[in-house]
Amino acid sequence: MGLDFTVVPDYFGVLAMGAVWTIAITVCAGVLSFFGGIVFAVSALYGHWSVRLPVRAFAWLFMGTPLLLQLFLIYFGLIQIGIDLPAFVAGVIGLGLHFAVYNSELIQASILAVDKGQYEGARTLGLSRGQTLRRIVIPQAVRAVIPPMGNNMIALLKDSALVSVIGVMELTLAAQQAISRTYRPFEFYLAAAFCYYVVNLALEAGLRHVERRIAASR
Amino acid sequence: MDLDLILRVYPFFLEAALVTIQLSVLTCILGLACGALGASMRLSRHAPLRWLAAGYVSVFRGTPALIQVFILYFGGPQIGIQLDAFAAGTIALGVNIGAYMTETIRGAIVSVDRGQTEAARTLGMSRSETMRKVVLPQAARLMIRPLGVNINALIKGTALVAPISVVELTYTAQRFIGSTYKPFEMFLLSGLLYMAIIYVAGQGINWLDRRARIT
Repeated sequence: MGLDFTVVPDYFGVLAMGAVWTIAITVCAGVLSFFGGIVFAVSALYGHWSVRLPVRAFAWLFMGTPLLLQLFLIYFGLIQIGIDLPAFVAGVIGLGLHFAVYNSELIQASILAVDKGQYEGARTLGLSRGQTLRRIVIPQAVRAVIPPMGNNMIALLKDSALVSVIGVMELTLAAQQAISRTYRPFEFYLAAAFCYYVVNLALEAGLRHVERRIAASR
Repeated sequence: MDLDLILRVYPFFLEAALVTIQLSVLTCILGLACGALGASMRLSRHAPLRWLAAGYVSVFRGTPALIQVFILYFGGPQIGIQLDAFAAGTIALGVNIGAYMTETIRGAIVSVDRGQTEAARTLGMSRSETMRKVVLPQAARLMIRPLGVNINALIKGTALVAPISVVELTYTAQRFIGSTYKPFEMFLLSGLLYMAIIYVAGQGINWLDRRARIT
């Protein structure tokens, strides 16, 4: 069986819808991983030990295991404890938590690198510990790690293909749907790869723009 | 936590861990080969070779590894490449991680001080002699740690062959979750094995790094 790319345009709509869902998942999981990363970082550094230890154990477990395995845990684990979430939500939670752990590592290092004088200055001016963290330390720490967190976003976009395995309707699963009707895996996976590549280039260009803005505002 | 169940199923996971180790080792060897070739092309004097390698890195890093595995395994037969799942998975993942390793190796080579090259050339060494005897030995030391990061990612990346039914750790975990409805136990069992593999690989990298360091 040779190659025949003329069938691909017939499924343009299916692939385009898939691409839209892939972008939606990436954005939702990206936002979750950003705020989740901050929460994890602060609780791993400053939390009471009853919070700190579980957060650190969770991070250790999620840094050392494959994302696909974590998606299975979250998807089937939630069902087992009686929470039957739509696949999309489970996928967003899985991807979001996975990358929150990676973002948290970046943010923790960055928080510790914020000049001590900033902290002391804020405390001297009468800000409470929580206020100092929230208004002074965390904004500086997070801003410094936006470029590496951007790299995590790019990884997230590509890893979003994995949620097709738990049945989330996105680009990879859209391609699979077209394949099950046409029996043309090569053409449709290549088409899907092309879509990912284009979205990836757009995301990279966007991140470079953001990085320049940050560099300029310093 | 169902300890009885864990004790009953762990032999299956140990066997699966062996498959994951084989996948990791073969993927790593192929990735290093692709990385070395890619890096030498990226640094070549001939522009077409440079473009080819830049295209390789951009395309393989810019698309999901899962799709690359699917294209080779499901799409391969259409262009006359018939591979079993293990071989297709290994090759796809190896070429994928090779793109990342290309950048790692290239980065290490270009970060060797320019003065080293200039001095060697001034002493009458040829371009290839300079590379072989002066630049590469220094670059090799610099690339051990970053390659370790690639290898860590590669070991976790071997899970991507589970969807094409290679019976490795993630596939085994998935199968036992389906038959026992104990996702947490199965996750923990396979997760600890992954971490053990990653730990051993990390120790190997540390050992190499210590040996290579000039004291």
